[in-house]
Amino acid sequence: MKPFAYQRAEAADSAVATISRTGAAYLAGGTNIVDLMKLGVTAPDLLIDVTGLPLRDIEALPDGGMRVGALTANSDLATDPVLRTRFPAVALALLSGASAQLRNRATIGGNLLQRTRCRYFVDVTKSCNKRRPGAGCAAREGEHTDLAILGASEQCVATNPSDLAVALALVDARVELLTEGGPASMSVHEFFRLPGDRPERDTNLPPGALITAVVLPATPIARMSTYRKVRDRSSFAFAAGSVAAALDVRDGVVQDVRLAYGAVAHRPWRAYAAERSLRGAPATVDNFERAADEELAAAKPLRDNGYKVPLIRNLTVGVLRGMTEASW
Amino acid sequence: MRVNLTVNGEARQADDVWPGESLLYVLRERLGLPGAKNACEQGECGSCTVYLDGTPVCACLVAAGQAEHRDVRTVEGLPGPDGLDPVQQAFLSAGAVQCGFCTPGLVVAVHDLLARNPTPSDPDIREALAGNLCRCTGYENIVAAVKLAAGA
Repeated sequence: MKPFAYQRAEAADSAVATISRTGAAYLAGGTNIVDLMKLGVTAPDLLIDVTGLPLRDIEALPDGGMRVGALTANSDLATDPVLRTRFPAVALALLSGASAQLRNRATIGGNLLQRTRCRYFVDVTKSCNKRRPGAGCAAREGEHTDLAILGASEQCVATNPSDLAVALALVDARVELLTEGGPASMSVHEFFRLPGDRPERDTNLPPGALITAVVLPATPIARMSTYRKVRDRSSFAFAAGSVAAALDVRDGVVQDVRLAYGAVAHRPWRAYAAERSLRGAPATVDNFERAADEELAAAKPLRDNGYKVPLIRNLTVGVLRGMTEASW
Repeated sequence: MRVNLTVNGEARQADDVWPGESLLYVLRERLGLPGAKNACEQGECGSCTVYLDGTPVCACLVAAGQAEHRDVRTVEGLPGPDGLDPVQQAFLSAGAVQCGFCTPGLVVAVHDLLARNPTPSDPDIREALAGNLCRCTGYENIVAAVKLAAGA
């Protein structure tokens, strides 16, 4: 590992000023950046440890929303009783990620900044446009069973690995930041991006900005929400595909629905086309299938990841059918 | 850099620590506590599991500086005045130890599991220990040890 300097942040604003000036990196839970440093994928000269900053409060807002400090541990948020009532999909997504030891250490803010697990990104002997712009993408013709089927570009077919992000996309979460210019906020939909011709950028986070909190806006439909993840083994693996869903069915008709997909794109994928197709429609398996097909019509699978199309389709149908039956 | 921390109830300090060192390195190489094991160094295998302020973490991913003024408990800190912790005794009694390399991390993880959930189901045990790999594949007896300790 390349030598680096270590500083403890005394205050958020001075940390932001230092990072903006030097291009140093923040250190929080360390469950991704530390292993990437050991692999030589990233090599900051300076790490600024923000874990001493007072950013770990979980607030239940009176309007039904929540504000979660960026340094809250995944395990602490996942077991919060208010979260489990108001946003069960978020709790389920958190619990489906990583292992107990990693969830204890990983933070909510850091989770949003974790890098793709594309094997070519994490192997410095291989070509990767995300790690080294212009180097080429070895994944497109190589091992890509776990990579994107939606929204990819010629330069990059990586997927965002976060389970949490899928649930946040479902509830239109907002990300609160501290930038050099002061506090700022952006929707999780603005925060994540597709790779396009700038695959080195995972997010639209302004340079130097520190994530201070994630806000879950009051979302009544989210009380009836869930998250289902399919992976190669039953625990401690990244998703082959996942679905977050919220559903409001009355008298057999879909009043409202939200769907978001994970492990299919460079960002969590909100399935707006499927949602439009289902609103006002009878809650039937046929309609669930048709909605998923409409969303997945845009899919462009690679040679070896076409299985994700029926996987996501069947997950969508299975999750919505289960929620419909539960609401009878 | 000097790091001051509490380890197994005692105030300790480590000098000349390089910022890139892990808490695991500090424990093993500077404080003479080789119980937590160094294997994958990527947070994948759980061999280095220790309590940090009461929650199990992979010590290989904790920067030394992040342990300043924190409370660490390693497998060496589990035995009580009467000898081995019941989890350690159960691992011995159930034959849950083969090469032994994963054992300290598993013992800490099981100790935490049983503190939170004294009567775990099989799925509870499997999920709680998903982050601890045994390359001897001795999982059957490890799960048996958890049940033995839970009944103790």
